[in-house]
Amino acid sequence: MTEARQGHGGNRQAENAQVPGIVEARGIRKVFVRKHDTTVALERLDLTVPRGEITALVGPDGAGKTTFMRLVCGLMKPTEGRLHVAGLDVAAHPQQVQDALSYMPQRFGLYEDLTVLENLELYARLHGVPEDVRQQRFDHLLAMTELAAFTGRLAGRLSGGMKQKLGLACTLVRSPKLLLLDEPTVGVDPLSRRELWVILEQMVREEHLSVLVSTAYMEEAARCRSVFVLNHGRILAHGTPADLCGLAAGCCYGVVPPAGMAMRTLQDRLLREPAVLDAVPAAGRVRFTTRGRPEELSALRELQLAAQPLVPRLEDGFMMLLKDDEARQSVTAPAAGAAAMTKAPQALQAPDRAAGTPAAAGAPVEIEVRDLVKMFGDFTAVAHTSFDVRRGEVFGLLGPNGAGKTTTFRMLCGLLPATSGKLRVAGVDLRTARTQARANIGYVAQKFSLYGGLSVYENLRFFGGAYGLYGHRLRQRIAAVMEEFQLKEQADVRADRLPGGYKQRLSMAAALIHEPKILFLDEPTSGIDPLARRAFWQQITQLSAQGTTIIITTHFMEEAEYCDRFMIQDHGKLLVLGSPAEIRARLGRQGAGMDDIFVAIVEQARGGTADA
Amino acid sequence: MNIMLFLRHLFFLCQKELISTFSDKRMRIQLIMPVLLQGFLFGYAANYNLEDIPYAVVDASHSSASRSFLASVEGSPAFSCAAAGERVTDVTPALYNSDVLLIIVIPGDFDSQLAKGTAAIELITDGRNPMIAGMTARYVTAIASTWSLQRTGGKLPVTVESRTWFNPNQLSRWTFLPSFLAMIAFVQVMFLAGLSIARERERGTFDQLLVTPLSPTEILICKATPPVLVGLMQSMMLFLIVRFWFGVPFAGSFVTLFTSILIFLVSTTGLGLSISSISRNMQQVLVYLLVLMIPMVLLSGLVTPVDNMPQALQLVTWADPMRFIVDAVRRIYLEGAGFAEIGLDFIPMLAVAAVTMPAAGWLFRHKAA
Repeated sequence: MTEARQGHGGNRQAENAQVPGIVEARGIRKVFVRKHDTTVALERLDLTVPRGEITALVGPDGAGKTTFMRLVCGLMKPTEGRLHVAGLDVAAHPQQVQDALSYMPQRFGLYEDLTVLENLELYARLHGVPEDVRQQRFDHLLAMTELAAFTGRLAGRLSGGMKQKLGLACTLVRSPKLLLLDEPTVGVDPLSRRELWVILEQMVREEHLSVLVSTAYMEEAARCRSVFVLNHGRILAHGTPADLCGLAAGCCYGVVPPAGMAMRTLQDRLLREPAVLDAVPAAGRVRFTTRGRPEELSALRELQLAAQPLVPRLEDGFMMLLKDDEARQSVTAPAAGAAAMTKAPQALQAPDRAAGTPAAAGAPVEIEVRDLVKMFGDFTAVAHTSFDVRRGEVFGLLGPNGAGKTTTFRMLCGLLPATSGKLRVAGVDLRTARTQARANIGYVAQKFSLYGGLSVYENLRFFGGAYGLYGHRLRQRIAAVMEEFQLKEQADVRADRLPGGYKQRLSMAAALIHEPKILFLDEPTSGIDPLARRAFWQQITQLSAQGTTIIITTHFMEEAEYCDRFMIQDHGKLLVLGSPAEIRARLGRQGAGMDDIFVAIVEQARGGTADA
Repeated sequence: MNIMLFLRHLFFLCQKELISTFSDKRMRIQLIMPVLLQGFLFGYAANYNLEDIPYAVVDASHSSASRSFLASVEGSPAFSCAAAGERVTDVTPALYNSDVLLIIVIPGDFDSQLAKGTAAIELITDGRNPMIAGMTARYVTAIASTWSLQRTGGKLPVTVESRTWFNPNQLSRWTFLPSFLAMIAFVQVMFLAGLSIARERERGTFDQLLVTPLSPTEILICKATPPVLVGLMQSMMLFLIVRFWFGVPFAGSFVTLFTSILIFLVSTTGLGLSISSISRNMQQVLVYLLVLMIPMVLLSGLVTPVDNMPQALQLVTWADPMRFIVDAVRRIYLEGAGFAEIGLDFIPMLAVAAVTMPAAGWLFRHKAA
């Protein structure tokens, strides 16, 4: 069961003739045929999920992770290939296969109007768990998920992390032969995420559970026994986390930006170097991978910075695989989708500012919030929050789902009245100010919210017109944003027919058409893959360099590193506010990752009782 | 407010609204098909006039007088005898089974009573459908008086000669179809307006709209444009069907008719937009609309006269724009009424529009949750 796996980036499988895996996929191909086009979701996949351990499926969005999960469940039939689960042919016996496995989709179907216990009972009954073992099982699950104190609470009133734990508990009301988890921790706070993994590992130990989990978080994949890396429906690599880290061995470096330079600015300069495969701000420095020698990078030479070699993480190996694959793809096919997203924006317009300071402390205050409170009935969504944002700053609102970021954000935009407190955006409260004051801001909502029935051009024309542009000036601005966000070829495509990455670019283009002073971005990076996220942040870096103030919410804690300053909210309370360096210094945890910082802060807030 | 900016905003908003309403082919079909379908359906199906009345006869008199009377009933084109018996109980099953719509009973002393001056015949009608029961009874009464008149040689002191103006033959199609001009638009306009804001709220585009410098007034005016246009277009289509396919003569002025319909559409659109503003999603809108629309039709006087309703309900009908458009359209279409005659109908409709439009504008900013 624990024999060493080969797999240095190849497609080789760990062959084990004696014990077949719980999932055996051979030559799986899945093609979706729609009216206008056919999409190949999976291309000749060979994959074995071993018994009694956790196997991870990682890859960017659209890689085929969810499609594969659904095939395993028998919810869809493969176009070609053979698929066996627990020795059963899925195509021939979908019902038996479904009886043998438990599947937890991205959004688990909890009944929000039932209590925690009622949800458990319902799922136990649905799965035919006998009465006599039910209670014992519930006690065990409730103890493990620490939900025992909340059995009478409505599921709809639980926090995001608790909901996810309850979802897992409902999935585990019986002991399945195979547990399938599809991105179980998206949008869940780091603390709950860790708790969830502890539960999972405990179940695997106790019940010899076989688990296949897809995840976007590399540190989660690193906890699994083996990892499959998927891209464009193909397996790029398979191996233990250590194998995959090994791919980036000797290529990882860290560099601390000079005083006064934002990490994102240095990251942007590094990403422009052809020799650099990946660069990302992490733990107070810019982490980058290159196959060449770091001394030869012009960005580092000019700034006279020296890079320290770092131990590779799984993410480094993963990004390397993806980058190499995208490079291969772009040779064969012209850049499309995620590959196009990674095309760097034009060089920074204001190099002085870029090389200089992150929003000087002396810059005028653009957004002022004092003692802001928002109540929904007797539920406090935002509790006594105060902060300032200065011109040209990138300011992050961080926290897990349901922490109050979006509520704070909507009050700032004037979409929601505050219960009490003072609120000033560019000198006015947008809720009560004259409508023209709203021309100062641009807004990108969490989910795509432009007009699906209108073409790209018509959307831009409408929003330009709404912001008072017309005639020559309007045409000029439409051309400019279409150029900047590479939308020219899609000008006449209906917005709802655009692929995901393009929708996001169109949202940005529409928000920036009137060159606002302040840009509001609500979770712009959720649901887009790591490559596209890097490109997105490069765009933000560029905008901030031009003097645009940016307010951004995200549930990816590590994205705090891109911000000049950020605040973390949890349960509506402001936990911490400051620059990444300040906050690290305050906690005395130099070099810690943002997830660790969050966990430390939450534990401090709860009285420092839990372990580190 | 800068008037040029205001007009430009209106231009861009209306352009957007019109594209999103009409760019979809399925949507265009949805706007035309119901008018054609319902127009023809109601034109042929909505007919109160009875053309074939099966009846049963119980003739206990067996006299020449009774035979003569029955012959004149049978002679009427609308009546056909379907059963006959000696006693009422012989033919009651036919009435129970709806094989006949009424029983005509001629008592044994019919002849002798008639000789003394007046005689009674008995009519048993099917009260399960009071409207048809009343109508058949009226028909028989009419036949009876004609028959008596002939017998006595026209010596009745008073005779009634009625003439129905504007619809000389009392064809129900004539009264029904013109009222339908307003009703067909009413349903679609309520749905279009009702769903417009809720749909945007559900898709998140409404927030995007609210953060732009567009004012609620501008958004409102342009939200109202497509429903009103669609309503006018549908009324126009139905007007053509009624006038030229069914050949119902049009006595009034085209301008008066469509001005009234326009005012009606604005008031209904206001109602629809208000509902849309307070609803969190489209499903909620549908529930509100269903709850609201049926009473509005019932209270409009389209089916039953407003004067027959209890006093309290009659007061409620003042808030129902349908009531006034039904009245106005019938009068314009059949009677040829001008603005002077129906002007009073405009006031309640304009009042509803004046309340609902600003309410919708206020609600969608303040209800935004």
